[in-house]
Amino acid sequence: MLAHTLFFYFFSTIAVFSAIMVTVSRNTVVSVFFLILVFISISILFIMIGAEFLGMIMLIVYVGAVAVLFLFVVMMLNVSQVNIKKTSRKGFINNISIGLFVGIVIFLELLVAIGGWKYKADFINLSEINFNTNITNTHALGNILYTDYIHLFQISGMILLASMIGAIYLTFTKKENIKRQSYFEQIEREKSTAVELLEVENDKGVNLDD
Amino acid sequence: MIEITIGHYLTLAAIIFSIGVVGIFLNRKNVIIILMSIELILLAVNINLVSFSIYLQNLVGQVFAIFILTVAAAETAVGLAIIVIYYKNKGSIHVETINSLKG
Repeated sequence: MLAHTLFFYFFSTIAVFSAIMVTVSRNTVVSVFFLILVFISISILFIMIGAEFLGMIMLIVYVGAVAVLFLFVVMMLNVSQVNIKKTSRKGFINNISIGLFVGIVIFLELLVAIGGWKYKADFINLSEINFNTNITNTHALGNILYTDYIHLFQISGMILLASMIGAIYLTFTKKENIKRQSYFEQIEREKSTAVELLEVENDKGVNLDD
Repeated sequence: MIEITIGHYLTLAAIIFSIGVVGIFLNRKNVIIILMSIELILLAVNINLVSFSIYLQNLVGQVFAIFILTVAAAETAVGLAIIVIYYKNKGSIHVETINSLKG
């Protein structure tokens, strides 16, 4: 139990510190790396309280895909820091008061919501989870995800498909000087235009040029 | 204090949520950091769902966390595509220069 407490404080401190660094850091690449650190520490917390599948999925999806996507975009866009510096400091100071005010108000509201909530004694303590060893977390999730929630699961697949089509369509540009496969031309080809039947005489062969 | 309850996890989620909201306000550099702040907010929501799911011994919270993960990934992909096409058109993604809709 003590180990759980120590691990929780260690990883949550790292997560909060990195989340602050994501927003404060001036270099975009640095903040992407701190975002990766936030996700890694939170997924370790998930694994620790018994949601192993979700923790691993977070590692794969966020660290493996989303963060790399962010890094790719930062790399492609040449986000220059030089000429922005003077104006950005002014905007930072203008916005810090209202931003901090709104943030602190939201945080206090959330704390009131958490603190005003009555904890029932008969629910388990997070430090003392008794894992059901007969069935793993992944197995249990699959049991309900593919039965009760199959429609939502398929709709989320549709969302991914729509976003994929949207992203491809947005970034797709047609270039003129590139040889490209044309489906219509390919399908419209007929036997009469493609193949020619020739009478071949003995010992003469065929002249392909004409 | 020494015993980790659900309140600790909810507080952690609240802190990360507030940092995400403040990040959207404070950001004056580029749009990519706003997208990252949105990711932080969604992550905080995921922490809430998972900790309640463990606390109530009900797996539905984790199922919905998976759906949130899906939507977050889709949103990031489309958002980054929009940023790329915007950069192609305007040559900058600095937040202060994005004011075409101001009128």
